[in-house]
Amino acid sequence: MAKINWFKYAAPATFYPLAGRLAPWFQAMAVLLGAVGLYIGFFVAPTDFQQGEAYRIIFIHVPAAWMSMFLYLLMAAYAGLGLVFNTRLSSMMARAIAPTGAMFTFLALWTGSMWGRPMWGTYWVWDARLTSELILLFLYIGFIALQAAIDDPRRGDRAGGVLALVGAINVPIIYFSVKWWNTLHQGSSINLTRAPSMASIMLWGMLVMALSFWAYSIAVILSRVQCVIAEREQRAAWLQALGAEQG
Amino acid sequence: MSAPLQAAAPGKVLAAQAGAGAGGMFLAMLRRDLLLVYRRRADAITVLVFFSIVVSLFPLGVGADPALLRPIGAGVVWVAALLASLLSLQRLFGADYADGTLEQILLSPQPLALTALAKVLAHWIATGIPLALMSPLLGMQFGLAADALWILTVSVLLGTPILSLVGAVGAALTLGLRGGNLLVALLILPLNIPVLILGAGAVDAAQSGLGAQAHLSLLAALLVATLMGSPFAVAAALRISLD
Repeated sequence: MAKINWFKYAAPATFYPLAGRLAPWFQAMAVLLGAVGLYIGFFVAPTDFQQGEAYRIIFIHVPAAWMSMFLYLLMAAYAGLGLVFNTRLSSMMARAIAPTGAMFTFLALWTGSMWGRPMWGTYWVWDARLTSELILLFLYIGFIALQAAIDDPRRGDRAGGVLALVGAINVPIIYFSVKWWNTLHQGSSINLTRAPSMASIMLWGMLVMALSFWAYSIAVILSRVQCVIAEREQRAAWLQALGAEQG
Repeated sequence: MSAPLQAAAPGKVLAAQAGAGAGGMFLAMLRRDLLLVYRRRADAITVLVFFSIVVSLFPLGVGADPALLRPIGAGVVWVAALLASLLSLQRLFGADYADGTLEQILLSPQPLALTALAKVLAHWIATGIPLALMSPLLGMQFGLAADALWILTVSVLLGTPILSLVGAVGAALTLGLRGGNLLVALLILPLNIPVLILGAGAVDAAQSGLGAQAHLSLLAALLVATLMGSPFAVAAALRISLD
């Protein structure tokens, strides 16, 4: 049996072409699934008897919120790998994930406030979930700002790794303290945790949209990591050979 | 002091003075940092003046109505303490980084995490304890009751070491960077939100008759957890920044 070299694609030189080959597929998948999901969301799913048409924003909002939290953990995992094993590609992946994660966090906050206006009569409440999502956005921005402020890319990678790990340990503490603060300060006039029995077609629409966001994230992150690799390795022989090959 | 000793690394000199070993290094570093603060008293006092000015701005901004000020008093004092502690972080490693002492500390055989802990402890003694001692005075301006003032002092006393410990990670990560001061704020403030919530929450809970025990216990637990993790993160960050 042939021995598989699991670490083959850990090298930027081999990962770069792989990312280039994979990205268009995920791009196409994101567009396709997005179209299906939005069709379900806008035309198939019935109007909610309580919330009317405005509820349809959850087809964007909920998957965006999922992605924002998951991408932070993924970023911290990559940053930790880069820190521990000193693998260059892991840190580059962490760097590539951060802007997409921040974008989804912002999207979740934005769509949430647009949903809140007709539902609660206000764009913003200091609810535990909203507040911790806002803090998550600050954590993403801190990570991006730290890496942007450091000129030496290796130092930037490792400093970002420490910060992402410290942040990841803190995320549950922040979440629970905010939740507790919230219950202490105001009555729970708005209950977000009690999920209404959702029509299964709505759930399907949300899941398809979540898959579409997944594919989008992968496509964007792969393309961005290609840029990071190209920038870092611009003097490497393999990249110049690749450039000469493609003209 | 003999000439060869002078030429040796300051870390070694310090350790030699205090009797070698990790504990000796810890005490020597603590004494040195406190001595430096004592010699530059103006720096430490500036932080305290900043603290009282920020707190005094709030009544000017929101109005002097006691009914308005009493419920926000603890939160205002806590936010100001957070900012004052942040402002003083630059001092933690800045001067040692600029004159090369920090590099020598890194070269010393004693564990870096322990040395970093000594510096953080000195920072807390120089900023955290004065902030805690001043906070009841400022709380009084907001009309807090006597028992609430006690809780406020205890919560600041328990919370500021966490601010120093977490802040040290940020200060170490941003050593020598452009706009490092502002960047530290961006990195550290979100991480310190639990301290703010628990610290100000303790006073609020006491004022509303719930008892502050739960908040203070959680704050103490957070302090213990931070105390175990942060020195290693600071050491890692220092090694990265001085690579």
